[in-house]
Amino acid sequence: MSDSEGVDPQLQDFILTETQKQRFQVLVHGLTDTCWDTCMGKPLNRLDYRTEVCIMNCVERFIDATTFITKRLMNTTKYRSDSPLEFQ
Amino acid sequence: MDSLSTGSLSGAQKEDLMDQVKQQIAIANAQELLTKMSEKCFKKCINKPGTSLDNSEQKCIAMCMDRYMDAWNLVSRTYSSRIQRERNNM
Repeated sequence: MSDSEGVDPQLQDFILTETQKQRFQVLVHGLTDTCWDTCMGKPLNRLDYRTEVCIMNCVERFIDATTFITKRLMNTTKYRSDSPLEFQ
Repeated sequence: MDSLSTGSLSGAQKEDLMDQVKQQIAIANAQELLTKMSEKCFKKCINKPGTSLDNSEQKCIAMCMDRYMDAWNLVSRTYSSRIQRERNNM
């Protein structure tokens, strides 16, 4: 892969961009799923203010939680790249 | 990675390929949205499945679909501005 001879830079660029865009989309699908369940009551004519605030907080806290879990897992895990994860 | 070695592809063929990929992605996303909406709005609107989808259930589903799109867009905006903020903090 490091030898990029023969690889079309335009296509490579395109794939990279689209992959990133799609990663974002997948996350939005997942977050909407989770936050809908957490925040949504009976569907009304419009998204009311309380629901909006709930959804925004839900997204922010989900990201916080993920970051927290990632950090904590890294601290509590004896991670060695040459062996499977070990938990204490 | 042979498929990326595209010395043999003309400019028009490349455009064509990229359009196809974009279209496939759009279809996949539409399918995902459809699946989620069906699941969520069925749960919200149909408590006791009767012999047909009655009027009030249809109304509820239509409303639910619109609200799901609202929620999707709001999540997208919130997430995107969070990414922006974290980028600025780096």
